[in-house]
Amino acid sequence: MHPILKLVAQRLSLGIILLFAASALIFGLTEILPGDAAQAQLGQAATPESLANLREEMGLNRPALTRYTEWIGGMMTGDMGNALSNKLPIGEQIGKRLGATIFLASWAALISVPLAILLGLVAVRYQNRWPDKVISGSTLTFISLPEFMLAYILIFIIGVKLQWAPSFANVSPDMPLLEKLHAISLPVTVLTLVVLAHMMRMTRAAILNVMQSAYIETAELKGLTSFEVIRKHAFPNAIAPIVNVVMLNLAYLVVGVVVVEAVFAYPGMGQYLVDAVVKRDVPVVLTSGVIFAAVYIVLNMIADVVSILSNPRLRHPK
Amino acid sequence: MTNELQHLSTKVTDGTMTRREFMSKAAALGVSAAVATSFLADAAYAATPVKGGTFKMGVQGGESTNSQDPATWASDVPIAGGFCWGETLAYAGPTGLEPRVAESWEGSADAKTWRFKLRQGITFSNGAAVTTEDILATMQRHTNEDSKSGALGIMSGIESMRADGDVFELTLAIGNADLPYLMADYHLIIQPNGGFDDPAAAIGTGLYTLETDEPGVRMTFKKNPTHWAADEMGHYDTVEVIVLNDATARTAALQSGQVDTINRVEPKIAKLLGRAPNIEVKTTSGRGHYVFIMHVDTAPFDNVELRLALKHALNRQEMVDKILQGYGSIGNDMPINEAYPLFDDTIPQREFSLEKAAEHYKKSGHDGSPIILRTADGAFPGAVDAAALFQQSCQAAGIPLEIKREPNDGYWSEVWNVQPYCASYWGGRPVQDQMYSTAYLSSADWNDTRWKRDDFDAMLFEARAELDEAKRKEIYSKMGRLLNEEGGVMVPMFNDFVDAISSDIQGWETNPSGPQMYWTAFAKTWKA
Repeated sequence: MHPILKLVAQRLSLGIILLFAASALIFGLTEILPGDAAQAQLGQAATPESLANLREEMGLNRPALTRYTEWIGGMMTGDMGNALSNKLPIGEQIGKRLGATIFLASWAALISVPLAILLGLVAVRYQNRWPDKVISGSTLTFISLPEFMLAYILIFIIGVKLQWAPSFANVSPDMPLLEKLHAISLPVTVLTLVVLAHMMRMTRAAILNVMQSAYIETAELKGLTSFEVIRKHAFPNAIAPIVNVVMLNLAYLVVGVVVVEAVFAYPGMGQYLVDAVVKRDVPVVLTSGVIFAAVYIVLNMIADVVSILSNPRLRHPK
Repeated sequence: MTNELQHLSTKVTDGTMTRREFMSKAAALGVSAAVATSFLADAAYAATPVKGGTFKMGVQGGESTNSQDPATWASDVPIAGGFCWGETLAYAGPTGLEPRVAESWEGSADAKTWRFKLRQGITFSNGAAVTTEDILATMQRHTNEDSKSGALGIMSGIESMRADGDVFELTLAIGNADLPYLMADYHLIIQPNGGFDDPAAAIGTGLYTLETDEPGVRMTFKKNPTHWAADEMGHYDTVEVIVLNDATARTAALQSGQVDTINRVEPKIAKLLGRAPNIEVKTTSGRGHYVFIMHVDTAPFDNVELRLALKHALNRQEMVDKILQGYGSIGNDMPINEAYPLFDDTIPQREFSLEKAAEHYKKSGHDGSPIILRTADGAFPGAVDAAALFQQSCQAAGIPLEIKREPNDGYWSEVWNVQPYCASYWGGRPVQDQMYSTAYLSSADWNDTRWKRDDFDAMLFEARAELDEAKRKEIYSKMGRLLNEEGGVMVPMFNDFVDAISSDIQGWETNPSGPQMYWTAFAKTWKA
């Protein structure tokens, strides 16, 4: 078996074990939380009688282990079950929510990743000169602002004053693509600005590190232009750390954008998970949690595989 | 300036400004009387409803866990949607009950038996005719022993119910002159077979029918042309309820014209928002109130002198000014204010007095150990700040008040109705009887001050069955005074509902029962 395939297989099986561990941990934590789904639904309107009836209906009176194994059993057979709170099928709801999250994340990634790498390359080319300083300064400013602050500023200027883009992301499944893109233009901008600095700085640092090597000096002595040196010799050798940080940011775009979702009223996974936690809707929390964990595991695996593929010594081990 | 004049003229039509005031303001803007009058004429012309268009509401209070089952409703978004697709027997309108599914009703002389006459010829949105069996089943679903409904608590005391031809009859153990108001509770939307078959089907007799439902995101509705009042109400073709939980997002959406109205405008920005030319802020004084509640059966709050000390140390006006920014009114340590029918306005207002607070505190003989007040911003907006203000004035009176901040999450299950002293909120009820029965009757599940007094209960039951309004008012006055003096509830303030609308929305009226014209803005307004 090819060592890469072997690694993927190993990682996948490890990943599955990790998912089980994560779900057990999440379930344990939801059990510690005060109150339950029945109490959360009735809130101030709860009476002992209605609470008891609702607990009975939701099956909350059964032992914790039974509820957990039932959920695991459902997941194994591909049935995510129904939410406790509104009894809608979790699979269908997550499908829509995850689709929306990935839609937003992919457009943010599509813009931010190439832009970050390009800006990183430019910064290296003009190291310590004004373009480098402008790029580093501005991206660091954006990453230093809390994301909701950045969002509010953009909403005020672009959404309310200039009215170039909608102030909140009012998307529905049957919207044409262009309209959807217009609707999400502000959240995509915020996400891009938030993840840009991290990736751009890493690109810059990784390439600068390689630039110290002897073969770069050779390339320069051969008479290559500085952009060619970077493109042909420095960048390929800096891919591993860049891919790592890109994957980290992609994972953030999927699982960490709950604040941006809330500010722009975007119907993604983050809001779904937060609502479920508040309402103690344990099956939804578990399912969403496991999906988030899976996103991290898969993206990390991709990062590792790409690092190996980009390094001939690892690609062809002796 | 044209904008300014239009803005002013709408104020005349909706009654917040007199004609004379308008003319003088117009003159101040340098407009001749003739031109100004033409603006008024335009505004009056706009008072004839215009049909068509879409009404978009940006509403706070929706979650992805929301269901269309009325039994589960507790926040604004599902309630807003429910009023679109469904109807109760009666509706708590601005000036009293308005008939809906019931055409009329009458009570027996002892107010024990109530007969609701079904409106003839109305149908559910699935085409089926509404019968009194459906009404009976609806009431059963919310009151039977398997009920999980949020309405279960208010529906106790019903002895029997039956469907009798086109009359739904209800018999109570103790007479209740205000029973029809209970039937206006938003949980009690009439559903086919009471919703036993499919509680979340969103099939009702409303002005609109549910088109799309994305929990925690939006609902869209289409006009129901077969509704019995389709000509007088429901001027829009379509209605959208959009979930906008973030206050800044909500305000920005209204400013950028993405929605036509929003609820819960934050008091601190309401004045600024009202100055924007294309936006009007609408406030409604209601019956909702912010409270600090003490368990009167738990030390040290079992001491009436200590309770009085704390009540005197509360600077109510300061709280209205600083917490509500003036969008509210001061409370008087009873859950009732002038928005309730039969309110006695001669009950003396408790004044803020550090001397009296110190005096009562001394009389109470409290040992000086810290008195712990639990609070969280989830209790009511600004509850943490309100507690801090209260602590300051307590300190000045020599009362050792300590604040314990609790997480919002789980506040209603772990703190409220559990801990002996905490901040809380009451949404208010349409009539005094309902408010007192909900939270101040010995046997009430939500008796969050542990106020258990036989004399108080007896007065409540007496007033309930009393059909003579003057006598009822007298009894309610006594009950209010008793709570004010001895009760465990401290009411610093009653909050206003603060909504904002785009200026082209016409026909706005206020309803003390709730925000957004108590969720009939979609039915009674139109776009000029």
